[in-house]
Amino acid sequence: MTDELFVVEDLTVTLPTSRGPVDVVKDVSFTVGRDDTLGIVGESGSGKSMTALAVLGLLPPGARTSGSVRLDGRELLGQSEGELRSVRGNAISMVFQDPLSSLNPYYTVGLQIEEGYRAHRGGSKRAARQVAIEAMERVRIPDAARRVDDYPHQFSGGQRQRIMIAMALCCSPSLLIADEPTTALDVTVQAQILELLAELQTQTGTGLIFITHDLAVISSIARRVLVMCAGDPVEYGTAEQVFSDPRHEYTRTLLDAVPRIDDEVML
Amino acid sequence: MTLLRVRDLSKQFVIRGQGGLLARKASFTAVDQVSFDVALGETLAIVGESGSGKSTTARIAARLLDPTSGSVEFEGEDISRATGKDLARFRNDVQVVFQDPFSSLNPRYTVERIVTAPLTYQGIAPKGGRRAFTRELMERVGLNPDHSQRYPAQFSGGQAQRIGIARALAVNPKLVICDEAVSALDVSIQAQVIKLLMRLQRESGFSYIFIAHDLAVVRQLSHRVAVMSKGRIVELGSRDQVFGEPRDEYTKTLLAAVPRINPEWDRRRRLSKGRS
Ligand SMILES: Nc1ncnc2c1ncn2[C@@H]1O[C@H](COP(=O)(O)OP(=O)(O)OP(=O)(O)O)[C@@H](O)[C@H]1O
Ligand SMILES: Nc1ncnc2c1ncn2[C@@H]1O[C@H](COP(=O)(O)OP(=O)(O)OP(=O)(O)O)[C@@H](O)[C@H]1O
Ligand SMILES: [Mg+2]
Ligand SMILES: [Mg+2]
Repeated sequence: MTDELFVVEDLTVTLPTSRGPVDVVKDVSFTVGRDDTLGIVGESGSGKSMTALAVLGLLPPGARTSGSVRLDGRELLGQSEGELRSVRGNAISMVFQDPLSSLNPYYTVGLQIEEGYRAHRGGSKRAARQVAIEAMERVRIPDAARRVDDYPHQFSGGQRQRIMIAMALCCSPSLLIADEPTTALDVTVQAQILELLAELQTQTGTGLIFITHDLAVISSIARRVLVMCAGDPVEYGTAEQVFSDPRHEYTRTLLDAVPRIDDEVML
Repeated sequence: MTLLRVRDLSKQFVIRGQGGLLARKASFTAVDQVSFDVALGETLAIVGESGSGKSTTARIAARLLDPTSGSVEFEGEDISRATGKDLARFRNDVQVVFQDPFSSLNPRYTVERIVTAPLTYQGIAPKGGRRAFTRELMERVGLNPDHSQRYPAQFSGGQAQRIGIARALAVNPKLVICDEAVSALDVSIQAQVIKLLMRLQRESGFSYIFIAHDLAVVRQLSHRVAVMSKGRIVELGSRDQVFGEPRDEYTKTLLAAVPRINPEWDRRRRLSKGRS
């Protein structure tokens, strides 16, 4: 299809190590449409986060990439830092896997949400503040009007994750990449956040890339699924195909290992 | 035998009150009258709402944060009074695997230095040398031992989490507090790490406080479960009671919200596996 929102073709990421260059992402291809959700699952260390960082031009120093990454037909790979900066947070938002190290510890969370919003939408400080408070309320941070002036370390792990999501929501991006955005959330708050993301998608047509180890969540939200193992894309198909008829041995191993709430217990 | 005894623990954080710059200071109760015991060789799981005070409770139990009121006893001694040698022993016996893996690892240290630092402080030379010791631990948590000279930033989220686990296990502790310690691991490595934790419990009598949102994992490895909501323990009971006959409304809501793989897809996969 030519009208896909986001197209990744043969993306390879090579990182320098003390033992020479290593391909941590090998020939990965996928597409994401408008109001569409791609789930990326796989082994820990298989290159899921590196795929996301490559798209945003945020790879570690010395990294090399090849292939093609296009948003609305525009090539992103190999763009200048200035061009990429205008894409980040604007057309593409990212919820990072490690919220504590991606939030600035010296600024209040409110200021960080406001800055992102104003860079994108402009408007007065006061209006941005109102937007920040509302976004925090939407992600169920209790007492948001007061907490907007608190610093990242004053929040719980799951609250920090939700603040990252609040930031992304304010920018109504064309593409949202969420890397393990709900691992620190209890199942009821998680369900609310997933609903919120779905709402955003229907309202603004945002394409979503959802990276997680939680296969149950993927089965409920993703239309297509990419399975990665040791940098290789081992399986790519509709959620129904991957879950009901996995073609690759690794996918089967993974699905067999999912702990289920009604499993036999060993202890 | 009771290893850890927590009584009426409360923690209030000083926060700004409503009303801008001139606002008075107010306080917020993050942990509210929490009591529990952890027996030797036991796993107590703490589950519950995001923001309900689980990590705060864990940090107080490890003496990384002072409570506003209440007490924590470890092996019968009040931990707030420990000094000198006793404190050093407590710091060894109680290890924490933190919820945010990267921010709890020194970015300027190699894995080998991170994992062996506590031993070095104590003047203990690991058998077979530091390199071999680190390599063996890395292997046990499913990390490539050839990466022992790498720095934390050179690892993925789940790999960093396992460095935290290796560090906690290195000093042969009595109690390991695991705060979302396996949440960034894929299910097969997660199963491997859980088996390792359970084997250490059988062999060396480790106790665990296991904080997690994944209720299926909690059910696999806990003896007792505490459910927290808004700073309080709303339910505390045996694993089978809490999962089988939950009494509290919040616990029931939580259990009902556990996401499952589409059952129809799951069924078809099992059938197709039988065929091939
Ligand atoms: N700066 C670096 N230099 C060299 N190798 C690195 C660097 N950062 C990460 N790696 C390696 O690249 C591989 C891919 O990492 P990535 O973070 O993409 O994994 P992931 O699939 O997101 O894993 P997880 O599920 O654990 O978060 C890993 O094996 C990791 O060890
Ligand atoms: N330094 C602080 N100042 C003010 N409030 C704080 C501070 N640290 C934590 N809190 C608040 O205390 C409450 C409990 O936080 P805690 O980190 O213990 O939650 P948690 O149960 O571990 O949540 P999660 O599952 O999201 O990690 C939260 O509402 C949090 O915002
Ligand atoms: Mg990752
Ligand atoms: Mg926590």
